[in-house]
Amino acid sequence: MAAPRLSGTENRLVSLPLSRIRVIMKSSPEVSSINQDALFLTAKATELFVQYLATYSYKHGRGKEKNALTYTDLSHTAEECETFQFLADILPKKILASKYLKMLEKEKRDGEVREDDEGEEEEDEDKAVGDSVGS
Amino acid sequence: MAERPEDLNLPNAVITRIIKEALPDGVNISKEARSAISRAASVFVLYATSCANNFAMKGKRKTLNAGDVLSAMEEMEFQRFVAPLKESLEVYRHEQKGKKEARKDKDKKTDSEEQDKSREEDNDEDDERMEEEEQNEEEEVDN
Repeated sequence: MAAPRLSGTENRLVSLPLSRIRVIMKSSPEVSSINQDALFLTAKATELFVQYLATYSYKHGRGKEKNALTYTDLSHTAEECETFQFLADILPKKILASKYLKMLEKEKRDGEVREDDEGEEEEDEDKAVGDSVGS
Repeated sequence: MAERPEDLNLPNAVITRIIKEALPDGVNISKEARSAISRAASVFVLYATSCANNFAMKGKRKTLNAGDVLSAMEEMEFQRFVAPLKESLEVYRHEQKGKKEARKDKDKKTDSEEQDKSREEDNDEDDERMEEEEQNEEEEVDN
């Protein structure tokens, strides 16, 4: 009686090493022990997850390249698809360094404007700050 | 519990293979994308474990079992995984059972080699014992 074959890499039931999956699972502080079936299922689920994340991101990717899967495709998925939102922190959107620097400058300016509102006596100083920000 | 950073990562070669098999032929995967998916997979394991553990705790159990993991998948909105996971689990359990029986047969062979002299007398007894063991195993699987 031959066991039914399921689709998977090289006809193996699971490719991800159970030992490594176990290490990751045990790094979770509240977990005491893991039954063998649960370990197997977690490994298999992770494989299904990888397949799903890759194909979803490829299909919905708004990247310019059609024959490639890029980081941008993945971070789009994390941001836009509710199911993958738990990945948003580890797959942040990339922005150009110049844009980031501009953002920092804007935050700094906004902070200075708020400080101006607080101080009434130092009018001359406020005026000076206002002038430099405006320019 | 201190682990080296690499220990919480999954092997690159395996991750790459899984991705390639999922995507159409000829699609390239950037190194960055591959690394990102690998990290995402590790986070997935942690999330699934934490979720499954909640179910175990609800059931006042300290050991995570198959049911906990399946419940976690539903909770995490990965219901689509449940049916294929159940299928795989059946095959896995079947394989494990096969391995167990193979080990038992191996033990029996070494035993019978040692007991050559009394083999004739023991044959009937051996058959009965094997039947009993098979019944016991079936009961385990049903649980």
